Amino acid sequence: MGRAGPMRGVWLGINQGTVCFLLLSCFEALCRVASSIPPLHFLSPPCTRTRSRVGLFLDRLLSGLRHPSFWELPAKPETMLTLLALASVVLLGIVPEQSQAIVIYTGWERHALLGSDIRLSCSFFSWRWTSEDVTFSWTYRPDGSRDSISIFHYTGGAAYVDNKGPFRDRVEFVGNPGRRDGSILIKNLDFNDNGTFTCDAKNPPDIVGRPSSVRLLVFEKVPIQAGVITGAIIGVVLGLLVLIVVIYYLMRFLVARRVFSLSVSKHGKKKKEGSQQRQGPVPPADPSKIKV
Amino acid sequence: MLLLLLGIILLHIAGLVLLFVSTIVSVWTSGETSTADLWINCTTTNAGYHCDPASAGEWIQAVQALMILSIIFSCLSLLLFFCQLFTLQKGGRFFLTGTFQILASLFVMSGAIIYTVMSPQWVPETEAFGYSYILAWVAFPLALISGLIYVILRKRE
Repeated sequence: MGRAGPMRGVWLGINQGTVCFLLLSCFEALCRVASSIPPLHFLSPPCTRTRSRVGLFLDRLLSGLRHPSFWELPAKPETMLTLLALASVVLLGIVPEQSQAIVIYTGWERHALLGSDIRLSCSFFSWRWTSEDVTFSWTYRPDGSRDSISIFHYTGGAAYVDNKGPFRDRVEFVGNPGRRDGSILIKNLDFNDNGTFTCDAKNPPDIVGRPSSVRLLVFEKVPIQAGVITGAIIGVVLGLLVLIVVIYYLMRFLVARRVFSLSVSKHGKKKKEGSQQRQGPVPPADPSKIKV
Repeated sequence: MLLLLLGIILLHIAGLVLLFVSTIVSVWTSGETSTADLWINCTTTNAGYHCDPASAGEWIQAVQALMILSIIFSCLSLLLFFCQLFTLQKGGRFFLTGTFQILASLFVMSGAIIYTVMSPQWVPETEAFGYSYILAWVAFPLALISGLIYVILRKRE
């Protein structure tokens, strides 16, 4: 009675709210999947109404909170922890709906050999589902220049490549817009291709974001980064040292254990023999012993 | 006895200091207006003193690694010497200490040899070897002698 009483109101509120939250989340997910199929586009308005599910959950929770017995101290700390966990889940559910910036990822720097091909990857992260009007565009700024020139644009399901500029007939679209990948392939690199490539992706209605740049460096011979070989040599030698020390101590431990087990068995045997000798002459009236 | 101990420790520390200076100060090659290797190349031009990172070739990195390893092994050898001084039984030899010190000297030797043989690839003919290079060569026999002394030395009470 003492434990059930104070928390009953809160549990009622939380249970109702959680069930509502889960049901409505499933409903919204199904809605979105269904409305992405062209014949079922009419389903999208009802789906947007589920935005209020969070408000519904909060309402339920607050009704539980308004129960007078809530404000007495609970009997167990575990219940408070569960409440805290649920509250954090709710907050995490609310927050993503508010921040809607698109985040674009490309590499930082790419090294390539003269005459080779290079794939410049570009992908983005967006809280929205990938829309059909997703666009990717790549611009190029040569080293030492301030002007950018556009070399690739993907929009409305079609890719448009450079046919007049420095990358004429050398750019190919190898990305997958459905999977948020807007990578391009540049063929037959030359020293003039050194520069910065900027990728800008837009996922309507999520259009606020910063373009990301990748720097391309073309070499005749790809150099080894400073410190790679140094680190490798030091690591290998120190690793060997540690290995030798470990093996040495392991062998010592094993040998000691073997010696110990041998001495124990020898000691045990001696003890057994000693006890048998003592038992032998004592009971002369024992029939089994007389037989032996 | 105490004098002997002090002398040995001083020899070890002298070798260690030479190794440190040789590794840290980047003057393996010096010309009229520039010094280069192991880590940075510095030149004095009309505009002033200007430093760049050293060329990231494979051989330079190998020399860097060998010098650092020699420092590590020499330090470990010093630590082991103090350990063994208190734990070794009477009449015992400082084998472990001597091994590490000899290994350190071998690393310095390899590093200096690699630099001597391979540096004409990236250093112009007009430049001479700098003092860090000479210190590396001096540290090698010091470390070797120190290591041999440790191997021969017997612990007395």
